[in-house]
Amino acid sequence: MAAIRPHRRDDRPPTLAIRDLRVEIETRRGRARVVEDMNLDVWPGEIVGLIGESGSGKTMTALAVLGLMPRQAGIAAGGIDLAGRPLTELDDAERRAVRGDRIAYIPQDALRALNPVLRIDTQVGEPYRIHRAMPWKQAAARAVELLRAVHLAQPEQRAREYPHQFSGGMQQRAMIAMGLALEPELLIADEPTTALDVTVQAQVLKLLREIRDTHGTAILLITHDLGVIAEVCDWVYVMYAGAVLEQGPVRRIFERPAHPYTQALLRATPTVRSVQGELLSIPGQIPPPYELPSGCRFADRCPRRFERCVREPAHLEVEPGHTARCWLLAAPAPLAAGPPERRAGRDA
Amino acid sequence: MTANAARAGRARRTRFNLRRWGLLLAGGLLTAIVVFAALFAEVVAPFSPYDLDVDTMLQGPNAVHWLGTDEVGRDVLSRAIFAARISIVVALVAVGVGLIGGTVIGIVAAYFGGWIDLALMRLMELLFSFPAILLAVILLASLGTNILNAMLAIGIIFIPGFSRLARAATNGVLRQQYIEAARAIGMSDARILLREILPNVMTPLLVEAAVAFAYAVLLESALSFLGLGAQPPEPSWGNMLNTGRGFMAQAPWLGIVPGMAMFLCVLGFNLVGDGLRDAFDPHMRD
Repeated sequence: MAAIRPHRRDDRPPTLAIRDLRVEIETRRGRARVVEDMNLDVWPGEIVGLIGESGSGKTMTALAVLGLMPRQAGIAAGGIDLAGRPLTELDDAERRAVRGDRIAYIPQDALRALNPVLRIDTQVGEPYRIHRAMPWKQAAARAVELLRAVHLAQPEQRAREYPHQFSGGMQQRAMIAMGLALEPELLIADEPTTALDVTVQAQVLKLLREIRDTHGTAILLITHDLGVIAEVCDWVYVMYAGAVLEQGPVRRIFERPAHPYTQALLRATPTVRSVQGELLSIPGQIPPPYELPSGCRFADRCPRRFERCVREPAHLEVEPGHTARCWLLAAPAPLAAGPPERRAGRDA
Repeated sequence: MTANAARAGRARRTRFNLRRWGLLLAGGLLTAIVVFAALFAEVVAPFSPYDLDVDTMLQGPNAVHWLGTDEVGRDVLSRAIFAARISIVVALVAVGVGLIGGTVIGIVAAYFGGWIDLALMRLMELLFSFPAILLAVILLASLGTNILNAMLAIGIIFIPGFSRLARAATNGVLRQQYIEAARAIGMSDARILLREILPNVMTPLLVEAAVAFAYAVLLESALSFLGLGAQPPEPSWGNMLNTGRGFMAQAPWLGIVPGMAMFLCVLGFNLVGDGLRDAFDPHMRD
């Protein structure tokens, strides 16, 4: 196994282990399962990608790890372990002690994540004041060092500025600096590059890789961008309508996507070669979490569905370490898509 | 052509600024005069506001008593100046009570939501449903009539308004990602309220405080007029006006002077309040 997942260690537990997690939200239309049967590991020094469309449950997974889910949401089953210790059993004060200290969170839109009325050094130094009770001046001095560590030019002067004086990339660097303050074991980055332009994106991704290399931080990178996954991740989980449909080493998933959803996702991503050709989109929409189909949740959009898809498949092995939730892996592959009149719809 | 357009634009901007800043300046000047008079009443006032003098009863404005004397021979100008002090102090304390009480209630209601929000806001609506003067009279009747209770009563009148403003502003701030980011670094509720929310909701509240100040001056005068605020012989524009009412035919200055003082003071604070509101209103910025 170690060879397949190089960051896996036998002598210690993964930094983050999500086991059979189910998150439910009370809505007016009933109880919605927004995350279901979720299993995910992040090992020390590993960058793990969590990819999915909007509404696929990836942000809810991150919020569950942080203990910051909205009031209506709750963990209905399963558990979340941080370095072998269950997070879900901690009370509010204990969880607060973990947030920002052992787990850092980097949000999508850095400008909106910075308080507009406080100076950068005040904000970046905040974790020291909260978790280490450090005096203001000392925290601000440490903040300058952090800003230098994330390669912000002229950190001494810049530290005294306000967020609106920063460019998008600089703001994101400041957020990352804040996340790094107490050298957390786990860094959760929720679409950290989405709001940035491409050249700055590359710099931020390079920075994340650098953090991993120097501190051995485990990083969970949430994104909807396959390019980001390909660029920095070691391992990837593909999420759809609240469940992981495929997971495995990034290289293998790109070379041999097993699930029709992953295949469609890869085809829908423009590459240099395909730009001139037709860009494919996936017909249909992600099913809402309060009316999930009883069978495979991708079935009604799947070009290759057949009879068995009315029942939900389990994760089946594609190759060592690489699994997908699809009946195609169990049965001999059918010659073509199932006959249209016998489709397994979601009214099943 | 371009130069002309630029000049026209500059002229328009200048005129606009002149109007805006001119009013703010006039208001500031009036406010400054009132505040100065209140602070240095002993120095500014030509006579004591309390000294009776039977020989100079009900004199019209003259060289010695610029604004005349009242029914017991006290200098009206001096009494009006000392009355400014009471008005300012009462307004300051009342607005302070309203601002602090309302801000705390509004922020807490919005932040914790649920039944806390419901309970606090229904309580505020209950207070809001009373006419201001009636509420003040009820409070003073139960607390006892003195100037300290008048400050408190006026402050309580202000609490619902400030609390609604604070609650609305907090609801806006709570949707911001920096609140979530603050939680994500393990910040406690108390710290989020103080460091993240409070500074971001202060601007509209401070502007409202400037406007409320003028209203507080009026309310204090109204209560004193009714005999529920400053107690004689303590001079207040309200009780001076009440006295002057009885002498409108013989000595009109007894009513006109406190009335004018009140008018100028309220005008000054209102102009400052409006100016501040415009200055902080993003729609007014060019």
